[in-house]
Amino acid sequence: MSQTMNNELKSPLHHDALHESGFLHAKGEARYVDDLPLPPHTLWAYPVQSTQAHARIKQIDTSAALALEGVVAILTAQNIPGVNDASAFAHDEPLLASNKVEYIGHPVACVYATSLELCRKAARLVQVDYAELSESPILSIREAIERNAFHGTPHIMQRGDAEQVLASADLKLSGVFDSGAQDHFYLETHAALSIPLERGRYQIYSSTQHPSEVQAKVAEVLGIKRSNIVIEAPRMGGGFGGKETQGNHFAMLAALGSYATGRAVKLWLNRDQDMMITGKRHPFYSSYEAGFNQKGELLALKVDVIANGGWAEDLSSAILDRCLFHLDNPYFIPTLHFRGRVAKTNLPSNTAFRGFGGPQGALIIEEVMNRGAEHLAMDPAELKRRNFYGEAPRNVTPYGQVVLADRSARIYDELIKSSDYQKRRAEIDTWNQQHPWIKRGLAYQAVKFGISFTASHLNQAGALVMIYADGSVQLNHGGTEMGQGLHSKMLSICAHELGVTLDHIRMMNTATDKVPNTSATAASSGSDLNGQAVAIACRKLKARLKPVAAAAFGFADPEAEVDHLHFEGGVVSHPQREEKLSFEDLCQAAYMSQVSLSATGFYRTPNIHYDRSAGRGKPFHYFSYGAAVLEVELNGLTGEHRVTQVDILHDVGRSLVPSIDRGQVEGGFIQGLGWLTREELKFSDTGVLLTHSPDTYKIPALGEAPKHFKVSLLSDADQPDVIHGSKAVGEPPFLLALGVLGALRHAVASYHPEKRVEALAIPCTPEAVLASVAVAQGRLSPEQALKRAQG
Amino acid sequence: MKQVNDPYIYINEQKFSLAQIRPNTTLLRFLRDELGLMGTKEGCAEGDCGACTVVAYEPKSVAYQEATYRALNSCLLLTPSLHGRHIYTVEGLVERERGGFHSGLGRESQAPAHPVQSALVEKLGSQCGYCTPGVIMSMTEACYRKDLKEAWQIDDQLCGNLCRCTGYRPIQEASESIAGLRPQGPLLERLENEESAEQQAERLAEFSQEVQDQQFFRPTTLSSLWSMWAQSPQAELVAGGTDLGLRITKRFETIKALISIDQIQELRSTKMLDEQWWSIGAAVPLSDVEALAKDKLPALERMLRFFGARQIKNRGTLGGNLCTASPIGDMPPVLLALGARLRLASAQGERTVSVDEFFIDYRKTALKKHEILKAVELPLNSSSAQNITHQRAYKVSKRQELDISSISACFSITLSEDQSQIIQARLAYGGMAATPKRATQAEQVLIGQAWSLESIQQAMQALKEDFSPISDHRASAWYRAEVAQNLLHGFWLEVSHGAPERLPYRPSSTLNLADL
Repeated sequence: MSQTMNNELKSPLHHDALHESGFLHAKGEARYVDDLPLPPHTLWAYPVQSTQAHARIKQIDTSAALALEGVVAILTAQNIPGVNDASAFAHDEPLLASNKVEYIGHPVACVYATSLELCRKAARLVQVDYAELSESPILSIREAIERNAFHGTPHIMQRGDAEQVLASADLKLSGVFDSGAQDHFYLETHAALSIPLERGRYQIYSSTQHPSEVQAKVAEVLGIKRSNIVIEAPRMGGGFGGKETQGNHFAMLAALGSYATGRAVKLWLNRDQDMMITGKRHPFYSSYEAGFNQKGELLALKVDVIANGGWAEDLSSAILDRCLFHLDNPYFIPTLHFRGRVAKTNLPSNTAFRGFGGPQGALIIEEVMNRGAEHLAMDPAELKRRNFYGEAPRNVTPYGQVVLADRSARIYDELIKSSDYQKRRAEIDTWNQQHPWIKRGLAYQAVKFGISFTASHLNQAGALVMIYADGSVQLNHGGTEMGQGLHSKMLSICAHELGVTLDHIRMMNTATDKVPNTSATAASSGSDLNGQAVAIACRKLKARLKPVAAAAFGFADPEAEVDHLHFEGGVVSHPQREEKLSFEDLCQAAYMSQVSLSATGFYRTPNIHYDRSAGRGKPFHYFSYGAAVLEVELNGLTGEHRVTQVDILHDVGRSLVPSIDRGQVEGGFIQGLGWLTREELKFSDTGVLLTHSPDTYKIPALGEAPKHFKVSLLSDADQPDVIHGSKAVGEPPFLLALGVLGALRHAVASYHPEKRVEALAIPCTPEAVLASVAVAQGRLSPEQALKRAQG
Repeated sequence: MKQVNDPYIYINEQKFSLAQIRPNTTLLRFLRDELGLMGTKEGCAEGDCGACTVVAYEPKSVAYQEATYRALNSCLLLTPSLHGRHIYTVEGLVERERGGFHSGLGRESQAPAHPVQSALVEKLGSQCGYCTPGVIMSMTEACYRKDLKEAWQIDDQLCGNLCRCTGYRPIQEASESIAGLRPQGPLLERLENEESAEQQAERLAEFSQEVQDQQFFRPTTLSSLWSMWAQSPQAELVAGGTDLGLRITKRFETIKALISIDQIQELRSTKMLDEQWWSIGAAVPLSDVEALAKDKLPALERMLRFFGARQIKNRGTLGGNLCTASPIGDMPPVLLALGARLRLASAQGERTVSVDEFFIDYRKTALKKHEILKAVELPLNSSSAQNITHQRAYKVSKRQELDISSISACFSITLSEDQSQIIQARLAYGGMAATPKRATQAEQVLIGQAWSLESIQQAMQALKEDFSPISDHRASAWYRAEVAQNLLHGFWLEVSHGAPERLPYRPSSTLNLADL
């Protein structure tokens, strides 16, 4: 694929493309917030963090710090002119702790000084006196349950009488299950640069997935209207959900400093600060009861899930909802009772992370299915297939949405065959009988993922396309680029719709003065929503350009000819005319004819709704599907293991840009693998995060990509009513990694007399797996093996 | 030895004086804050993510005796310790006016990309792009290396570059496509034109500097070291700086006086002392030790393969790994099991101690005041006509690459000619006590016994007498105790089944039981 190849295509849409910033990245020319040139006299901002998990602030003494030359201001909650709240909507998240601190790391003050070094020195001199609170900190979900500490309200879904069906089921399983936290570990930590302007205006550069929310929160904290604030979001060095709400705080702190000093302020977190202050993927604690018949059909499922929300609510309730929406994964559950709650603990406030509760929900039913298969001595892939959604009445989700155009069975048939699953499973069983020390395991993992923000009003997007008289185009849309390739897709759509080459179009930084009131780039919805908005804007412009073109071709009645014009590759033609019109000349002609060359596009997803109190509705526009076959190798003496072979078949509809989608599938899968096998956030018994840098927090490294790693996109899969037949891709592939649990279970079970796994803690670190082996060998009890994982 | 008044450095072919740069300034901060080269990123400031990677021209590597580029973590390097060196950043790979010093802002870059850059972009090896400059620079080392022959070496070259977006396949494929490519251009010219005697003298010049409150000394001979140390007796020594640098970048300490010993020539050589003893200078970078150990000491090489990132191995030294005396250092168990001798030197003279006497307590060694580790001496060819020695090293960590071990071990067992009796046993562990330590009880159980599973099982029991491991965020006491035993069991399996000493590509463990 060459750099210029896509310029020569008739339309770049549905073709592979390079990442639109690839050469900027590789030449070191891509600029992130921390790289921007600073205005004169810019100050640095540096948060002073709480050292207590739950305590009252008696006094904050800043005098020694302020005495340092070069320290310009130190602000506390009392200095906030507007509202001291950084939350997305719950109004429970003081930006600077006012009378009490609720987790270790909580900013209690912010230092503004002429250098970062000076900031650090001053921050150490800020004296915070704490008084103990009568209630000790809550550091685990189990403690929160005991002390009845919850955020928000429970979410309940039910269908039929689960108790009754369970009582008569052939096989009844019950258990508890913990999933772990995960740090986003975007390579670019949080950063913001605030530049104060005349008349109380602000230009703020923020590393955020949600510029409009940052704008709203900065306005609130300063007590001014949003129109005074422009948030510009250059590309992020990774987001993954970690910059959906958590960027608010740092832009707000920078703006507060500008407000107090009249100077530009830059805030950039080092890795340790970033990991200690910001929230992570929610750990979930769940208990379940499941009933199967002898054929392996799930008859009833009762699940109670509790997310660890941390100290503030943030997006926890929506994350809990998505967990419940994915307790079915691709399986029909005839009778069910689901209940979900969010625990309040004195830990960082957990937040959005790729999958947004979905992976945690799907994990639970996968555990149920895997255990069911072990107890019924069935191949888990076959048992899962038998439970796929099917014809009515087996096509209704636990929340009442009808599953249309289910692709699970088609994907199953294609992937089972192409990966040679059945033969390999048999070979592995033979291998495991012959090899006492090295075991292998194979699993089939299916995924169904609901697409749309489940808060229905968020499903809207805007775009602003501006054409200049020389035929060059500026493209603005409400989505943010964090590496996922959204801009690459938007460029392709824009070029396709206008019939120009990619080099006509300049993608602009996302900014709130171009597209107002945007939603976060989240929920995998970036290209679905913004792509429609871009297409709508472009179609408006093309409609205005057509009569101009027809006139330029000399037709007496230009309006009559508009449907016969052809726009392609920057050239306009008409079947009755030999000569062609360049897009440049057309735009100049339009300008001379006093035609408006800028247009907005606006899109809202139709027909989605959800009633949380009833647990009923149609929250999703559609579902994305995919599946993976994974093979692992396990060393039974150390518990170390490695994923050796992965085949993925994923449904992205008719891909907008296949090379970008493939990258999302691969990257999401490996990130999921990290969550499930390596990444472990450990807190001390007083609530200090012990693993706050890559020294101790291990995300996957290069050698962990499987040797055989084949990703295919499902063919002939156009999705109706989605932009150009495509489907969302950001989050669903993350769930494919759940298959590593099935594969490890297959390997570990070979040590068990009845080929079962009685305990396998997440993350499946070498230690967790060795403990699981020890349980299978009867040397440890399941409780002992799992104890280490309880959070 | 030549002297210079003030150190200087070449960045992307341009010379910069370091006269006004405080010696605690890392190269990363120098590039970004002083030169405005924003391509190089800070992702962690501890050498664990690789976003800050640059390459340094090395006129003569210890292992290959020829010029090469070495990928380094600029976040941990103290700028003056690079005096006279040529450094290239991601901007410097592109041929443009004024080297790599156009900011890239304000114009569409027309400059042709380096083949390494094109390769990564064309495979879509960047998504968010923040790790990319570091990936590019690690690939740059690969591009000019002549010794990349095996698949695992690509993993090793790139494992110090974390990427959170791509899942690595495109990065790996791009790296494979350019490994050893050595395209024409200024970077190749530098490698092919031998450093002149004057250039070498300049690069190895000695200097002392004091900027604001910080002193920095750079001797390049031992005699200069002694006199500089006498001049600033409180000064701390720094070689690669991969451990010491953390005090500056993570704990934000100011280290007032430093003596950089990484270019002391007496510490940078390896030689055979006699037919058996191999001496490795304390300041030889670990990547050179790894290359040299390949044919000499497979156990040492096995450990170095999983020791850390290439960037760390390119800078970190064998001496540094021993003298920090960390209980979880990876080299000490190997040296303990192999029966190394340590050559210590001071202004008063030299002495030799056994490695067994070196680790005294948590991060404490037998080094006296103003004494240094000069060389590590290792016995080769331990097998003889009368007996046969088996040596294997193991490292178990949460992640196989670039991780600190939960537990590491190295075993050396000497058997009688017919392989029936255990004549000698040295079993050494890291991560099991406050210092790297031998399992003397277990050794005693083995010596004189039959080479059998039964003997091994008795030794496994004896390990309980040797160690009371602790629980921490890396592993629990249960796991450490369990794996300590299992590694010994695994060693017996490996040896008795004749498993190859060299590990396969991407093993699931360093315990090589693949076909057993």
